[in-house]
Amino acid sequence: MIESALVDWSRLQFALTAGYHWIFVPLTLGLAVIMATMETIYVIKGDEFWKKTAKFWMKLFAINFAVGIATGIILEFEFGTNWSNYSWFVGDIFGAPLAIEGIFAFFMEATFFAVMFFGWEKVGKRFHLASTWFTGIGAAISAVWILVANSWMQHPVGMEFNPDTVRHEMVDFWALVLNPVAVSKFFHSWFSGWMTGAIFVIGISCWYLLRGRERRFALSSIRVASIVGIIGTLLVMFSGDSSAIHVSKYQPMKLAAAEGLEEGGTRAPFSIVPGVEVPGVLSILATHDIDGYVPGINDILDGYTTPEGERYISAEEKMERGKIAIEAFGKYRELKESDPEAAAEARAVLDENIDYFGYGYIDSREELVPNVPLVYWAFRIMVGFGGLLLLLMFAVLWAERRKKLEGMRWLQWASLLSIPLVYLAGQAGWIVAEAGRQPWVIEGLLPTKAAVSSVSVAAVQTTFFLFVAIFTLFLAIEIRILIKAIKEGPKTEIE
Amino acid sequence: MKNAIISIWNFYVDGFRNMTWGRQLWWLILLKVIILFAVLRAFFFTPVLSGKSEEERSEYIGEQLIETQNRVHE
Repeated sequence: MIESALVDWSRLQFALTAGYHWIFVPLTLGLAVIMATMETIYVIKGDEFWKKTAKFWMKLFAINFAVGIATGIILEFEFGTNWSNYSWFVGDIFGAPLAIEGIFAFFMEATFFAVMFFGWEKVGKRFHLASTWFTGIGAAISAVWILVANSWMQHPVGMEFNPDTVRHEMVDFWALVLNPVAVSKFFHSWFSGWMTGAIFVIGISCWYLLRGRERRFALSSIRVASIVGIIGTLLVMFSGDSSAIHVSKYQPMKLAAAEGLEEGGTRAPFSIVPGVEVPGVLSILATHDIDGYVPGINDILDGYTTPEGERYISAEEKMERGKIAIEAFGKYRELKESDPEAAAEARAVLDENIDYFGYGYIDSREELVPNVPLVYWAFRIMVGFGGLLLLLMFAVLWAERRKKLEGMRWLQWASLLSIPLVYLAGQAGWIVAEAGRQPWVIEGLLPTKAAVSSVSVAAVQTTFFLFVAIFTLFLAIEIRILIKAIKEGPKTEIE
Repeated sequence: MKNAIISIWNFYVDGFRNMTWGRQLWWLILLKVIILFAVLRAFFFTPVLSGKSEEERSEYIGEQLIETQNRVHE
Protein backbone atom coordinates (compact mmCIF):
# COMPACT_ATOMS: atom_id res chain seq x y z
CA MET A 1 0.00 0.00 0.00
CA ILE A 2 0.99 3.65 -0.48
CA GLU A 3 2.24 5.14 2.76
CA SER A 4 -0.57 7.56 3.57
CA ALA A 5 1.56 9.37 6.19
CA LEU A 6 4.01 10.37 3.45
CA VAL A 7 1.20 11.76 1.28
CA ASP A 8 -0.35 13.60 4.24
CA TRP A 9 2.92 15.16 5.45
CA SER A 10 3.94 16.14 1.91
CA ARG A 11 0.54 17.78 1.40
CA LEU A 12 0.68 19.50 4.78
CA GLN A 13 4.12 20.88 4.04
CA PHE A 14 3.06 22.15 0.62
CA ALA A 15 -0.09 23.70 2.08
CA LEU A 16 1.95 25.43 4.79
CA THR A 17 4.40 26.87 2.25
CA ALA A 18 1.73 27.94 -0.24
CA GLY A 19 -0.41 29.44 2.53
CA TYR A 20 2.59 31.37 3.87
CA HIS A 21 3.45 32.62 0.36
CA TRP A 22 -0.14 33.80 -0.07
CA ILE A 23 0.15 36.05 3.00
CA PHE A 24 2.46 38.38 1.04
CA VAL A 25 1.23 38.10 -2.55
CA PRO A 26 -2.26 39.65 -2.25
CA LEU A 27 -0.94 42.65 -0.32
CA THR A 28 1.72 43.21 -2.99
CA LEU A 29 -0.92 43.03 -5.74
CA GLY A 30 -3.40 45.34 -3.99
CA LEU A 31 -1.11 47.87 -2.34
CA ALA A 32 0.62 48.41 -5.71
CA VAL A 33 -2.66 49.63 -7.23
CA ILE A 34 -3.46 51.86 -4.25
CA MET A 35 -0.04 53.56 -4.03
CA ALA A 36 0.08 54.01 -7.83
CA THR A 37 -3.36 55.66 -7.69
CA MET A 38 -2.09 57.99 -4.96
CA GLU A 39 0.99 58.89 -6.99
CA THR A 40 -1.24 59.52 -10.02
CA ILE A 41 -3.20 62.04 -7.92
CA TYR A 42 0.13 63.65 -6.94
CA VAL A 43 1.21 63.96 -10.60
CA ILE A 44 -2.18 65.39 -11.63
CA LYS A 45 -2.61 67.80 -8.70
CA GLY A 46 1.03 68.54 -7.96
CA ASP A 47 0.25 68.45 -4.21
CA GLU A 48 3.28 67.22 -2.18
CA PHE A 49 0.89 65.73 0.37
CA TRP A 50 -0.04 62.96 -2.09
CA LYS A 51 3.63 62.26 -2.82
CA LYS A 52 4.25 61.81 0.90
CA THR A 53 1.16 59.63 1.23
CA ALA A 54 2.16 57.40 -1.71
CA LYS A 55 5.71 57.15 -0.33
CA PHE A 56 4.50 55.94 3.05
CA TRP A 57 2.44 53.12 1.56
CA MET A 58 5.39 52.28 -0.72
CA LYS A 59 7.48 51.80 2.39
CA LEU A 60 5.00 49.25 3.77
CA PHE A 61 4.83 47.68 0.29
CA ALA A 62 8.63 47.28 0.33
CA ILE A 63 8.63 45.64 3.77
CA ASN A 64 5.95 43.17 2.71
CA PHE A 65 7.78 42.55 -0.57
CA ALA A 66 11.15 41.97 1.14
CA VAL A 67 9.75 39.37 3.51
CA GLY A 68 7.59 37.72 0.85
CA ILE A 69 10.20 37.60 -1.89
CA ALA A 70 11.52 34.12 -2.70
CA THR A 71 9.03 32.32 -0.45
CA GLY A 72 7.64 30.85 -3.69
CA ILE A 73 11.03 29.30 -4.46
CA ILE A 74 10.51 26.90 -1.54
CA LEU A 75 7.54 25.47 -3.44
CA GLU A 76 9.88 24.68 -6.32
CA PHE A 77 12.28 22.90 -3.94
CA GLU A 78 9.35 20.80 -2.77
CA PHE A 79 8.35 19.94 -6.34
CA GLY A 80 11.80 18.47 -6.99
CA THR A 81 12.16 16.59 -3.72
CA ASN A 82 8.72 15.62 -2.46
CA TRP A 83 6.78 15.61 -5.74
CA SER A 84 9.25 14.26 -8.29
CA ASN A 85 6.72 11.97 -10.01
CA TYR A 86 4.45 14.95 -10.52
CA SER A 87 7.27 17.30 -11.60
CA TRP A 88 8.45 14.95 -14.29
CA PHE A 89 4.97 13.87 -15.41
CA VAL A 90 3.81 17.49 -16.04
CA GLY A 91 6.87 18.15 -18.21
CA ASP A 92 7.29 21.56 -19.79
CA ILE A 93 3.64 22.42 -19.20
CA PHE A 94 4.52 23.51 -15.70
CA GLY A 95 8.15 24.44 -16.27
CA ALA A 96 7.56 26.92 -19.11
CA PRO A 97 5.13 29.26 -17.30
CA LEU A 98 7.25 29.18 -14.13
CA ALA A 99 10.44 29.95 -16.08
CA ILE A 100 8.74 32.86 -17.88
CA GLU A 101 7.50 34.12 -14.52
CA GLY A 102 10.97 33.93 -12.96
CA ILE A 103 12.74 35.77 -15.80
CA PHE A 104 9.99 38.32 -16.32
CA ALA A 105 9.58 39.07 -12.62
CA PHE A 106 13.33 39.55 -12.18
CA PHE A 107 13.69 42.06 -15.01
CA MET A 108 10.47 43.95 -14.30
CA GLU A 109 11.23 44.18 -10.61
CA ALA A 110 14.94 44.97 -10.97
CA THR A 111 14.07 47.84 -13.32
CA PHE A 112 10.84 49.44 -12.19
CA PHE A 113 11.11 48.60 -8.50
CA ALA A 114 14.51 50.31 -8.43
CA VAL A 115 13.22 53.42 -10.22
CA MET A 116 10.25 53.54 -7.84
CA PHE A 117 12.48 53.62 -4.75
CA PHE A 118 15.71 55.22 -5.98
CA GLY A 119 14.34 57.51 -8.66
CA TRP A 120 12.23 60.16 -6.87
CA GLU A 121 14.83 62.90 -7.36
CA LYS A 122 16.51 61.39 -10.43
CA VAL A 123 13.81 60.82 -13.02
CA GLY A 124 10.85 62.88 -14.18
CA LYS A 125 7.50 62.70 -12.39
CA ARG A 126 5.78 60.91 -15.23
CA PHE A 127 8.56 58.38 -15.71
CA HIS A 128 8.49 57.68 -11.98
CA LEU A 129 4.71 57.27 -12.06
CA ALA A 130 4.99 54.85 -14.99
CA SER A 131 7.56 52.84 -13.01
CA THR A 132 5.23 52.61 -10.03
CA TRP A 133 2.38 51.36 -12.23
CA PHE A 134 4.72 48.92 -14.00
CA THR A 135 5.84 47.54 -10.63
CA GLY A 136 2.22 46.68 -9.91
CA ILE A 137 1.56 45.41 -13.43
CA GLY A 138 4.75 43.30 -13.27
CA ALA A 139 3.54 41.69 -10.02
CA ALA A 140 0.18 40.96 -11.67
CA ILE A 141 1.85 39.47 -14.76
CA SER A 142 3.96 37.23 -12.50
CA ALA A 143 0.71 36.01 -10.99
CA VAL A 144 -0.63 35.26 -14.49
CA TRP A 145 2.06 32.64 -15.13
CA ILE A 146 1.74 30.98 -11.75
CA LEU A 147 -2.03 30.78 -12.14
CA VAL A 148 -1.72 29.46 -15.72
CA ALA A 149 0.34 26.59 -14.28
CA ASN A 150 -2.09 26.04 -11.42
CA SER A 151 -5.14 26.17 -13.71
CA TRP A 152 -3.64 23.56 -16.00
CA MET A 153 -3.68 21.20 -13.02
CA GLN A 154 -7.37 21.98 -12.44
CA HIS A 155 -8.29 21.68 -16.14
CA PRO A 156 -5.46 20.17 -18.24
CA VAL A 157 -5.51 21.47 -21.84
CA GLY A 158 -3.08 22.07 -24.72
CA MET A 159 -0.89 19.00 -24.16
CA GLU A 160 -0.30 15.40 -25.21
CA PHE A 161 1.14 12.58 -23.13
CA ASN A 162 4.33 11.04 -24.49
CA PRO A 163 4.79 7.52 -23.06
CA ASP A 164 8.43 7.44 -24.22
CA THR A 165 9.49 10.38 -22.09
CA VAL A 166 6.68 9.84 -19.52
CA ARG A 167 5.93 13.56 -19.81
CA HIS A 168 3.15 15.76 -20.99
CA GLU A 169 4.24 17.85 -23.95
CA MET A 170 2.79 21.21 -24.83
CA VAL A 171 1.09 21.18 -28.23
CA ASP A 172 -0.89 24.42 -27.96
CA PHE A 173 0.68 27.25 -25.93
CA TRP A 174 -2.35 29.54 -26.35
CA ALA A 175 -4.78 26.86 -25.18
CA LEU A 176 -2.67 26.70 -22.02
CA VAL A 177 -2.51 30.48 -21.53
CA LEU A 178 -6.14 31.14 -22.46
CA ASN A 179 -7.44 28.17 -20.47
CA PRO A 180 -10.82 29.52 -19.25
CA VAL A 181 -10.00 28.36 -15.73
CA ALA A 182 -6.74 30.38 -15.81
CA VAL A 183 -8.49 33.53 -17.01
CA SER A 184 -11.12 33.55 -14.28
CA LYS A 185 -8.63 32.36 -11.63
CA PHE A 186 -6.21 35.17 -12.48
CA PHE A 187 -8.82 37.92 -12.25
CA HIS A 188 -10.35 36.40 -9.13
CA SER A 189 -6.94 36.28 -7.40
CA TRP A 190 -5.77 39.67 -8.65
CA PHE A 191 -8.92 41.51 -7.59
CA SER A 192 -8.92 39.71 -4.23
CA GLY A 193 -5.47 41.31 -3.85
CA TRP A 194 -7.04 44.76 -4.37
CA MET A 195 -9.44 43.89 -1.59
CA THR A 196 -6.59 42.83 0.71
CA GLY A 197 -4.63 46.01 -0.04
CA ALA A 198 -7.71 48.15 0.57
CA ILE A 199 -8.61 46.58 3.92
CA PHE A 200 -4.96 46.83 5.01
CA VAL A 201 -4.81 50.57 4.16
CA ILE A 202 -8.24 51.30 5.68
CA GLY A 203 -7.39 49.37 8.86
CA ILE A 204 -4.06 51.10 9.43
CA SER A 205 -5.50 54.52 8.57
CA CYS A 206 -8.24 53.90 11.14
CA TRP A 207 -5.55 53.12 13.70
CA TYR A 208 -4.18 56.64 13.11
CA LEU A 209 -7.68 58.06 13.57
CA LEU A 210 -8.11 56.09 16.79
CA ARG A 211 -4.81 57.53 18.02
CA GLY A 212 -5.81 61.04 16.89
CA ARG A 213 -2.84 61.22 14.49
CA GLU A 214 -2.26 61.97 10.79
CA ARG A 215 -5.89 63.01 10.25
CA ARG A 216 -5.65 64.23 6.65
CA PHE A 217 -3.36 61.38 5.63
CA ALA A 218 -5.66 58.77 7.15
CA LEU A 219 -8.89 60.14 5.67
CA SER A 220 -7.35 60.59 2.21
CA SER A 221 -5.89 57.07 2.28
CA ILE A 222 -9.25 55.64 3.37
CA ARG A 223 -10.98 57.41 0.46
CA VAL A 224 -8.63 56.01 -2.17
CA ALA A 225 -8.43 52.54 -0.60
CA SER A 226 -12.17 52.12 -0.14
CA ILE A 227 -12.86 53.06 -3.78
CA VAL A 228 -10.15 50.64 -5.03
CA GLY A 229 -11.43 48.00 -2.58
CA ILE A 230 -15.08 48.33 -3.60
CA ILE A 231 -14.20 48.12 -7.30
CA GLY A 232 -11.91 45.15 -6.57
CA THR A 233 -14.52 43.31 -4.51
CA LEU A 234 -17.25 43.77 -7.13
CA LEU A 235 -14.83 42.40 -9.74
CA VAL A 236 -13.99 39.51 -7.38
CA MET A 237 -17.72 38.71 -7.39
CA PHE A 238 -17.94 38.82 -11.21
CA SER A 239 -14.82 36.68 -11.67
CA GLY A 240 -16.07 34.34 -8.91
CA ASP A 241 -19.28 33.91 -10.87
CA SER A 242 -17.33 32.92 -13.98
CA SER A 243 -15.16 30.64 -11.84
CA ALA A 244 -18.28 28.85 -10.52
CA ILE A 245 -19.38 28.14 -14.10
CA HIS A 246 -15.97 26.62 -14.90
CA VAL A 247 -15.85 24.57 -11.71
CA SER A 248 -19.31 23.22 -12.43
CA LYS A 249 -18.21 22.26 -15.94
CA TYR A 250 -14.71 20.91 -15.35
CA GLN A 251 -14.64 19.95 -11.64
CA PRO A 252 -18.22 19.10 -10.66
CA MET A 253 -17.07 17.13 -7.61
CA LYS A 254 -15.42 20.27 -6.19
CA LEU A 255 -18.67 22.22 -6.56
CA ALA A 256 -20.73 19.40 -5.03
CA ALA A 257 -18.27 19.23 -2.09
CA ALA A 258 -18.32 23.01 -1.60
CA GLU A 259 -22.11 22.78 -1.34
CA GLY A 260 -22.27 19.49 0.55
CA LEU A 261 -24.67 18.43 -2.21
CA GLU A 262 -25.16 14.68 -2.08
CA GLU A 263 -28.02 14.35 -4.56
CA GLY A 264 -28.15 16.84 -7.42
CA GLY A 265 -30.82 17.79 -9.92
CA THR A 266 -32.40 20.80 -11.56
CA ARG A 267 -33.28 23.85 -9.42
CA ALA A 268 -30.44 22.82 -7.10
CA PRO A 269 -30.48 24.72 -3.78
CA PHE A 270 -27.65 26.87 -2.43
CA SER A 271 -26.77 26.10 1.16
CA ILE A 272 -26.17 29.19 3.31
CA VAL A 273 -25.38 27.07 6.38
CA PRO A 274 -26.40 23.46 7.05
CA GLY A 275 -30.20 23.29 7.09
CA VAL A 276 -30.73 26.74 5.51
CA GLU A 277 -31.07 26.52 1.75
CA VAL A 278 -32.24 28.83 -1.03
CA PRO A 279 -33.91 26.79 -3.81
CA GLY A 280 -32.59 27.17 -7.35
CA VAL A 281 -29.69 29.46 -6.49
CA LEU A 282 -26.96 26.82 -6.97
CA SER A 283 -28.36 26.06 -10.44
CA ILE A 284 -28.17 29.78 -11.27
CA LEU A 285 -24.60 30.06 -9.95
CA ALA A 286 -23.41 26.90 -11.71
CA THR A 287 -25.24 27.20 -15.03
CA HIS A 288 -26.84 30.71 -15.12
CA ASP A 289 -30.19 28.93 -15.41
CA ILE A 290 -32.60 28.19 -12.54
CA ASP A 291 -33.54 24.93 -14.29
CA GLY A 292 -29.88 24.01 -14.88
CA TYR A 293 -28.80 20.55 -13.79
CA VAL A 294 -26.15 20.31 -11.05
CA PRO A 295 -24.88 16.80 -10.19
CA GLY A 296 -24.43 15.86 -6.53
CA ILE A 297 -21.62 13.74 -5.03
CA ASN A 298 -23.57 10.49 -5.42
CA ASP A 299 -24.59 11.33 -9.02
CA ILE A 300 -20.95 11.87 -9.97
CA LEU A 301 -19.94 8.57 -8.34
CA ASP A 302 -22.85 6.60 -9.79
CA GLY A 303 -22.71 8.22 -13.23
CA TYR A 304 -25.50 10.41 -14.54
CA THR A 305 -27.24 11.71 -17.63
CA THR A 306 -28.09 15.40 -17.90
CA PRO A 307 -31.59 16.49 -19.03
CA GLU A 308 -29.93 17.29 -22.39
CA GLY A 309 -28.97 13.61 -22.71
CA GLU A 310 -25.25 13.97 -22.03
CA ARG A 311 -23.98 10.86 -20.24
CA TYR A 312 -21.21 10.85 -17.61
CA ILE A 313 -19.77 7.48 -16.64
CA SER A 314 -19.58 6.13 -13.08
CA ALA A 315 -16.55 6.09 -10.80
CA GLU A 316 -16.16 2.33 -11.31
CA GLU A 317 -16.10 2.70 -15.10
CA LYS A 318 -13.52 5.46 -14.83
CA MET A 319 -11.39 3.36 -12.47
CA GLU A 320 -11.58 0.45 -14.89
CA ARG A 321 -10.53 2.61 -17.82
CA GLY A 322 -7.72 4.06 -15.70
CA LYS A 323 -6.38 0.58 -14.97
CA ILE A 324 -6.54 -0.24 -18.68
CA ALA A 325 -4.58 2.95 -19.45
CA ILE A 326 -1.81 2.21 -16.91
CA GLU A 327 -1.54 -1.42 -18.00
CA ALA A 328 -1.29 -0.31 -21.63
CA PHE A 329 1.39 2.20 -20.60
CA GLY A 330 3.40 -0.58 -18.90
CA LYS A 331 2.95 -2.89 -21.87
CA TYR A 332 4.02 -0.19 -24.32
CA ARG A 333 7.20 0.47 -22.36
CA GLU A 334 7.97 -3.22 -22.07
CA LEU A 335 7.42 -4.03 -25.77
CA LYS A 336 8.51 -0.90 -27.61
CA GLU A 337 11.98 -2.30 -28.38
CA SER A 338 11.17 -6.01 -28.81
CA ASP A 339 7.75 -5.96 -30.48
CA PRO A 340 6.89 -2.64 -32.15
CA GLU A 341 3.56 -3.91 -33.46
CA ALA A 342 2.27 -5.01 -30.06
CA ALA A 343 3.66 -1.77 -28.61
CA ALA A 344 1.68 0.25 -31.18
CA GLU A 345 -1.48 -1.59 -30.14
CA ALA A 346 -0.77 -0.85 -26.48
CA ARG A 347 -0.15 2.79 -27.38
CA ALA A 348 -3.54 2.99 -29.11
CA VAL A 349 -5.25 1.60 -25.98
CA LEU A 350 -3.35 4.09 -23.84
CA ASP A 351 -4.36 7.02 -26.05
CA GLU A 352 -7.99 5.92 -25.97
CA ASN A 353 -8.06 5.84 -22.16
CA ILE A 354 -5.51 8.53 -21.28
CA ASP A 355 -8.18 10.91 -19.91
CA TYR A 356 -8.81 8.37 -17.13
CA PHE A 357 -5.13 7.52 -16.45
CA GLY A 358 -5.25 8.82 -12.87
CA TYR A 359 -8.34 6.77 -12.00
CA GLY A 360 -6.19 3.66 -12.31
CA TYR A 361 -4.61 4.57 -8.97
CA ILE A 362 -7.94 4.85 -7.15
CA ASP A 363 -8.99 1.74 -5.27
CA SER A 364 -12.32 2.84 -3.81
CA ARG A 365 -14.95 5.30 -5.02
CA GLU A 366 -14.90 7.11 -1.64
CA GLU A 367 -11.37 8.28 -2.46
CA LEU A 368 -12.84 10.45 -5.22
CA VAL A 369 -14.70 12.63 -2.70
CA PRO A 370 -12.73 15.54 -1.19
CA ASN A 371 -12.99 16.54 2.48
CA VAL A 372 -16.55 17.89 2.33
CA PRO A 373 -16.75 19.75 5.71
CA LEU A 374 -13.38 21.47 5.06
CA VAL A 375 -14.33 22.64 1.55
CA TYR A 376 -17.91 23.52 2.56
CA TRP A 377 -16.86 25.76 5.47
CA ALA A 378 -13.87 27.27 3.67
CA PHE A 379 -16.25 28.39 0.90
CA ARG A 380 -18.56 30.01 3.43
CA ILE A 381 -15.68 31.79 5.18
CA MET A 382 -14.45 33.14 1.84
CA VAL A 383 -17.85 34.35 0.65
CA GLY A 384 -19.10 35.43 4.10
CA PHE A 385 -16.05 37.51 5.02
CA GLY A 386 -15.86 38.88 1.47
CA GLY A 387 -19.46 40.14 1.71
CA LEU A 388 -18.90 41.55 5.18
CA LEU A 389 -15.79 43.43 4.07
CA LEU A 390 -17.61 44.88 1.05
CA LEU A 391 -20.27 46.27 3.39
CA LEU A 392 -17.53 47.64 5.65
CA MET A 393 -15.85 49.45 2.75
CA PHE A 394 -19.16 50.97 1.63
CA ALA A 395 -19.82 52.10 5.24
CA VAL A 396 -16.33 53.59 5.64
CA LEU A 397 -16.52 55.43 2.30
CA TRP A 398 -19.99 56.75 3.11
CA ALA A 399 -18.87 57.91 6.57
CA GLU A 400 -15.73 59.54 5.17
CA ARG A 401 -17.62 61.42 2.44
CA ARG A 402 -20.23 62.59 4.99
CA LYS A 403 -17.39 63.65 7.34
CA LYS A 404 -18.75 61.33 10.04
CA LEU A 405 -15.95 58.77 10.19
CA GLU A 406 -13.89 60.58 12.81
CA GLY A 407 -16.78 60.41 15.26
CA MET A 408 -17.50 56.73 14.61
CA ARG A 409 -14.90 54.99 16.74
CA TRP A 410 -16.73 51.65 16.47
CA LEU A 411 -16.31 51.74 12.69
CA GLN A 412 -12.62 52.60 13.08
CA TRP A 413 -12.19 49.63 15.42
CA ALA A 414 -14.17 47.37 13.07
CA SER A 415 -11.89 48.42 10.18
CA LEU A 416 -8.71 47.80 12.17
CA LEU A 417 -9.94 44.40 13.36
CA SER A 418 -10.95 43.46 9.79
CA ILE A 419 -7.34 43.15 8.64
CA PRO A 420 -7.07 39.47 9.72
CA LEU A 421 -10.46 38.71 8.15
CA VAL A 422 -9.34 39.62 4.64
CA TYR A 423 -6.37 37.26 5.02
CA LEU A 424 -8.63 34.49 6.32
CA ALA A 425 -10.96 34.98 3.33
CA GLY A 426 -8.00 34.71 0.91
CA GLN A 427 -6.61 31.58 2.58
CA ALA A 428 -10.08 30.03 2.65
CA GLY A 429 -10.39 30.68 -1.10
CA TRP A 430 -7.25 28.65 -1.75
CA ILE A 431 -8.48 25.87 0.54
CA VAL A 432 -11.64 25.65 -1.62
CA ALA A 433 -9.52 25.56 -4.79
CA GLU A 434 -6.88 23.09 -3.62
CA ALA A 435 -8.57 20.86 -1.03
CA GLY A 436 -11.67 20.86 -3.25
CA ARG A 437 -9.82 19.25 -6.15
CA GLN A 438 -8.54 16.30 -4.12
CA PRO A 439 -7.72 13.50 -4.72
CA TRP A 440 -6.20 15.06 -7.85
CA VAL A 441 -2.92 16.83 -8.39
CA ILE A 442 -3.78 16.91 -12.10
CA GLU A 443 -7.51 16.50 -12.61
CA GLY A 444 -8.23 12.96 -13.79
CA LEU A 445 -4.61 12.28 -14.75
CA LEU A 446 -2.59 12.02 -11.56
CA PRO A 447 -3.85 11.61 -7.99
CA THR A 448 -1.88 13.07 -5.09
CA LYS A 449 -0.81 9.68 -3.83
CA ALA A 450 0.86 8.81 -7.16
CA ALA A 451 2.55 12.22 -7.38
CA VAL A 452 4.74 11.95 -4.27
CA SER A 453 8.38 10.89 -4.33
CA SER A 454 9.72 7.83 -2.59
CA VAL A 455 11.29 9.75 0.29
CA SER A 456 11.11 9.03 4.00
CA VAL A 457 8.26 10.45 6.07
CA ALA A 458 10.82 11.55 8.67
CA ALA A 459 12.58 13.76 6.09
CA VAL A 460 9.32 15.51 5.19
CA GLN A 461 8.40 15.89 8.87
CA THR A 462 11.81 17.41 9.65
CA THR A 463 11.54 20.02 6.91
CA PHE A 464 7.93 20.72 7.85
CA PHE A 465 8.88 21.70 11.39
CA LEU A 466 11.91 23.57 10.09
CA PHE A 467 9.57 25.62 7.90
CA VAL A 468 7.21 26.26 10.79
CA ALA A 469 10.14 27.75 12.72
CA ILE A 470 11.56 29.77 9.80
CA PHE A 471 8.19 31.08 8.63
CA THR A 472 7.20 32.10 12.14
CA LEU A 473 10.50 33.91 12.60
CA PHE A 474 10.23 35.83 9.32
CA LEU A 475 6.58 36.68 9.87
CA ALA A 476 7.43 37.99 13.34
CA ILE A 477 10.24 40.08 11.83
CA GLU A 478 7.90 41.49 9.18
CA ILE A 479 5.20 42.38 11.67
CA ARG A 480 7.80 44.03 13.91
CA ILE A 481 9.24 46.14 11.07
CA LEU A 482 5.75 47.01 9.83
CA ILE A 483 4.60 48.09 13.29
CA LYS A 484 7.72 50.22 13.70
CA ALA A 485 7.12 51.90 10.33
CA ILE A 486 3.43 52.47 11.09
CA LYS A 487 4.22 53.96 14.50
CA GLU A 488 6.72 56.34 12.90
CA GLY A 489 3.99 57.30 10.47
CA PRO A 490 4.08 59.14 7.15
CA LYS A 491 5.88 62.13 8.65
CA THR A 492 9.12 60.14 8.57
CA GLU A 493 11.49 61.14 5.81
CA ILE A 494 11.14 58.36 3.28
CA GLU A 495 13.63 57.77 0.54
CA MET B 1 25.81 53.57 -25.18
CA LYS B 2 28.75 53.53 -22.77
CA ASN B 3 27.42 56.66 -21.05
CA ALA B 4 23.99 55.11 -20.70
CA ILE B 5 25.46 52.03 -19.02
CA ILE B 6 27.53 54.21 -16.66
CA SER B 7 24.43 56.29 -15.80
CA ILE B 8 22.40 53.18 -15.03
CA TRP B 9 25.26 51.78 -12.94
CA ASN B 10 25.55 55.05 -10.99
CA PHE B 11 21.79 55.13 -10.52
CA TYR B 12 21.85 51.76 -8.76
CA VAL B 13 25.06 52.48 -6.81
CA ASP B 14 23.72 55.84 -5.53
CA GLY B 15 20.40 54.25 -4.73
CA PHE B 16 21.95 51.51 -2.62
CA ARG B 17 24.45 53.90 -1.01
CA ASN B 18 21.80 56.37 0.11
CA MET B 19 19.41 53.83 1.54
CA THR B 20 18.33 54.25 5.18
CA TRP B 21 15.51 51.92 6.25
CA GLY B 22 15.87 49.97 2.98
CA ARG B 23 19.27 48.68 4.15
CA GLN B 24 17.57 46.64 6.88
CA LEU B 25 15.30 45.03 4.28
CA TRP B 26 18.23 44.07 2.06
CA TRP B 27 19.92 42.36 5.01
CA LEU B 28 16.71 40.49 5.61
CA ILE B 29 16.55 39.38 1.95
CA LEU B 30 20.21 38.31 2.07
CA LEU B 31 19.65 36.29 5.25
CA LYS B 32 16.64 34.61 3.68
CA VAL B 33 18.46 33.75 0.46
CA ILE B 34 21.33 32.23 2.49
CA ILE B 35 18.90 30.13 4.53
CA LEU B 36 17.05 29.06 1.38
CA PHE B 37 19.98 28.09 -0.79
CA ALA B 38 22.90 27.40 1.55
CA VAL B 39 20.88 25.47 4.11
CA LEU B 40 17.52 24.23 2.84
CA ARG B 41 18.41 23.58 -0.78
CA ALA B 42 21.87 22.21 -0.01
CA PHE B 43 21.00 19.90 2.88
CA PHE B 44 17.28 19.17 2.82
CA PHE B 45 15.97 19.50 -0.72
CA THR B 46 18.10 17.50 -3.09
CA PRO B 47 15.93 16.80 -6.15
CA VAL B 48 15.16 13.09 -6.36
CA LEU B 49 16.01 13.04 -10.07
CA SER B 50 19.31 14.92 -9.84
CA GLY B 51 22.33 13.15 -11.30
CA LYS B 52 20.17 11.13 -13.72
CA SER B 53 20.16 11.59 -17.49
CA GLU B 54 16.89 12.47 -19.29
CA GLU B 55 16.51 8.84 -20.30
CA GLU B 56 17.15 7.55 -16.79
CA ARG B 57 14.62 10.00 -15.43
CA SER B 58 11.94 8.80 -17.86
CA GLU B 59 12.77 5.22 -16.95
CA TYR B 60 12.66 5.91 -13.21
CA ILE B 61 9.34 7.80 -13.27
CA GLY B 62 7.80 5.24 -15.63
CA GLU B 63 8.70 2.50 -13.14
CA GLN B 64 7.42 4.58 -10.23
CA LEU B 65 4.06 5.15 -11.91
CA ILE B 66 3.60 1.44 -12.65
CA GLU B 67 4.84 0.32 -9.22
CA THR B 68 2.56 2.80 -7.49
CA GLN B 69 -0.43 1.29 -9.24
CA ASN B 70 0.66 -2.20 -8.18
CA ARG B 71 1.02 -1.03 -4.57
CA VAL B 72 -2.40 0.64 -4.63
CA HIS B 73 -4.13 -2.54 -5.71
CA GLU B 74 -2.12 -4.93 -3.51
